[in-house]
Amino acid sequence: MARLGMVIDTRKCVGCMDCVVACKTENGVPDGHCRDWIAKRLEGQMPDLRLTITSERCNHCDDPPCVSCCPTGASHVHDFGRVVLVDHDKCIGCKACLASCPYGARFIHPEGYADKCNFCLHRVEKGMNPACVDVCPTRCMTFGDLEDPLSAVSRLIASRRHFVLKPEAGTRPRVVYLE
Amino acid sequence: MLELLSTRQNPMVDPLLHVWGWEIPVYLFLGGWVAGCMVISGWLLRRERATGGASVLGVLPWAGLVLISAGMLALFLDLEHKLYVWRIYLAFEPTSPMSWGAWILLLVYPVLALTGLVTLRASSVTRWPALASLRSALDRPAALRVLGLAGIVGGIGLGIYTGILLSSLGARPLWASGVLGPLFLVSGLSTGAAFAHMVARDAGERATLLRSDNLFLLIELVLIVLFLISLATAGEAQAQAAGLLLGGPYTAVFWVLVVGLGLLLPLALQTLMVSHRIGHTLVAPVLVMGGGLALRFVLVAAGQASAWPS
Repeated sequence: MARLGMVIDTRKCVGCMDCVVACKTENGVPDGHCRDWIAKRLEGQMPDLRLTITSERCNHCDDPPCVSCCPTGASHVHDFGRVVLVDHDKCIGCKACLASCPYGARFIHPEGYADKCNFCLHRVEKGMNPACVDVCPTRCMTFGDLEDPLSAVSRLIASRRHFVLKPEAGTRPRVVYLE
Repeated sequence: MLELLSTRQNPMVDPLLHVWGWEIPVYLFLGGWVAGCMVISGWLLRRERATGGASVLGVLPWAGLVLISAGMLALFLDLEHKLYVWRIYLAFEPTSPMSWGAWILLLVYPVLALTGLVTLRASSVTRWPALASLRSALDRPAALRVLGLAGIVGGIGLGIYTGILLSSLGARPLWASGVLGPLFLVSGLSTGAAFAHMVARDAGERATLLRSDNLFLLIELVLIVLFLISLATAGEAQAQAAGLLLGGPYTAVFWVLVVGLGLLLPLALQTLMVSHRIGHTLVAPVLVMGGGLALRFVLVAAGQASAWPS
């Protein structure tokens, strides 16, 4: 079974926020909310500084705490690519998933249900990339099957130094960043 | 130096998680209180039917029904997708303590109602034949023992679940401790015992409940110390979380309201009451109940402020 994931090259990302705009447009994300965002980490002391820019979103973890804490089964792992999804009609808005996500990837939609990135499943099921991947002007994002050793994402991970966000949270995220 | 800038500004999530306001701490407090009422009722039911009409057994189950209903109302008010609340009873998710809790709450009602029914005088239900026959069927030693056990087991389940509910949300290091379950249970027991000796009319029963409450308060103190030690000696994230209560922004409210006014002062007052150096006062049980409420407020707020380091 496919395990869809995303690889993002932090050397190419310039933090232009095109991915954020594309996501909002593609998915009709309500004003004042976002499913993906840009984080900038500035480390070191002047003048020796290092800036890492990351485009962040739901990590579609292999061990998603948002799914295991959901009391209604609204948060679930979808058969297609093991994407983590929310069934809006089952969500009661208890916010346990918001509290359980180490990445703060979820929010409450103004209509009351929990919402987050779904890897643009409606596009991916048609063989397309998520909107954020396609729109990136520096082509810093690659999307594909982490289970297939010959996929572009697997080969990038195999050939480059990489990291995931907050690995100590133990959720095994599937959005991987190249150093 | 690490400077983190994020373009994300989602409500309730940024800059710090604040998904739960007053509703959840109030619910957790009321749930614990009801757990205490259930365990004490169950214990009294198994020990002796009642000391005439004066036993707190005539009060606790009815109070429990009112309190659990108020708690569930608070829980409902916290939901963001209220019209879909019925969805929780179309599923049982074994990995979700919230799902366990929803079903436990449904079991709490019949146990409390039956315990209440059996404490009524037989003459007071003669107008309703069905209730009267149910009451007389329950009013046998074997049935009372089973009902008492159901109250004790149900109460322990309810009390522990209110703590596990938080500790299962692994993204919050302050809650990532197995001590939270027993801590919330014992806090609920002390709240229930404080309420029981506050309303008790029989002097012997009141003295027993007073001693029990002191024991619960002592155990709660020990569990709070163990909770802080387990966090402070774990990894960096948990140590930072413990710091919120050990020098951080929640230190004063935690040590003054929860430990000082909610545990140590009532424990001292109630110890004097047990040895009859001072008379029975309402101040001590009210402080215990206030301490239980403060414990939930502080831990829910501080837990949301704790996160894995970026």
